Amino acid sequence: MKLGVLFSGGKDSTFATFLAKEYGHDVSCLISIISQNKESFMFHTPNIEKTKVQAESMNIPLIVKKTEGKKEIELKDLKSAILEAKKKYKIEGIVTGAVESVYQSSRVQKICNELNLECFNPLWQKPQFELLEDLIKKKFEVIVAGVFAYPLDGKWLGRKIDKNFINEMRILNEKYKISPAGEGGEFETFVLNAPGLFKKKLRIKDKEILGEKNSWRMELSIE
Amino acid sequence: MENGVKHRMILIISICKEKLHELEFVKPIEDILKNNNAKFATKHYSKISKADLQRADKIIICGTSLKDFEYCSSWTELNKFLWIRDFEKPIFGICGGMQAVVKVFDGEIWASGKNIDNRVEIGLTSIKFEREFLGVNGNIWGYSLHKLGVRKIRKNFEVAATSNKGIQAIKHKTKQIYAVLFHPEVRNKEIVEKFIKLS
Repeated sequence: MKLGVLFSGGKDSTFATFLAKEYGHDVSCLISIISQNKESFMFHTPNIEKTKVQAESMNIPLIVKKTEGKKEIELKDLKSAILEAKKKYKIEGIVTGAVESVYQSSRVQKICNELNLECFNPLWQKPQFELLEDLIKKKFEVIVAGVFAYPLDGKWLGRKIDKNFINEMRILNEKYKISPAGEGGEFETFVLNAPGLFKKKLRIKDKEILGEKNSWRMELSIE
Repeated sequence: MENGVKHRMILIISICKEKLHELEFVKPIEDILKNNNAKFATKHYSKISKADLQRADKIIICGTSLKDFEYCSSWTELNKFLWIRDFEKPIFGICGGMQAVVKVFDGEIWASGKNIDNRVEIGLTSIKFEREFLGVNGNIWGYSLHKLGVRKIRKNFEVAATSNKGIQAIKHKTKQIYAVLFHPEVRNKEIVEKFIKLS
């Protein structure tokens, strides 16, 4: 089936892309929504503009749509981006990296229903530690690009998701209820390499670190 | 052993046309069973054999995506669920699994018509249980994802729960056949856990 992936450049949408291909589907395009609203529940992701480099590395066309990020308007903008993908690439379905968020998932389901498209959520309800472990098994290179909850701080920026990361997350999950895959918005990630998906590993050319206390993000320059 | 109930083999049935959808509609059920140390096997509805049914202590029929109607596209497909009528052990149908249960017992589902879109439920839905059903009662929020609703059930079933769009849960009056239209694997996992612990 020809599919479009809602793609943010983070671990979940990249892994969902990987699974769609692994299950034999044709990922015809990626769709990235760049929100001006840093508080958006739907789309806020650091480094969203770098999806262009990731899409090039996957050799998959990318549709980029900017939105002001106001609650209902951003859904109209998402719908128009999906419609563009349907017309341009003849996609028959959408893939998302939704894991726990009923808010995000049900909104995408509604749009797909209105546009008569299938909707695939291959990570839906996946146990979060299992998701992190799968990324390691598949040799994904994923780094933390933003942290937004106590006790996470600027020192977490740039950390790779590896066994040590998972061990620390187990402690933070137990002590502070930090969701291990960042499902509560505690942290955001950026994927530098996904074997079988990326043609080459991406390299960080430069980085800018912004933030204070328990809210930090790392804007990357990628090549 | 858990809570004094010995788990034997539970058969999980997929009705998904697309294998990729099983990660979304079947795997979450498998995960609940794993967390409860329940033994299970998973098969597609089109490949169920008599031996599978004999081995099964209980059966869960999972749901599928909004656009996937292959399992109920014709009587040729629905006939693959006729074993439900004769199975004497507990069955739990979820969403499309509920529709299959209703159809094989000669009930009716909202399948077409100009008002079909009014029956669509996507997202959290307020559900009212009129009686105890697999450990729940009263009002709950359930995750809904369906286009086809239940229009009519036969006299051997009773309605256990409704939403403002219609029937949400049913139970056979004499057999241990349960079915829900919402997805308990998303926000109401305890319902699935209660089912797997039924004696």
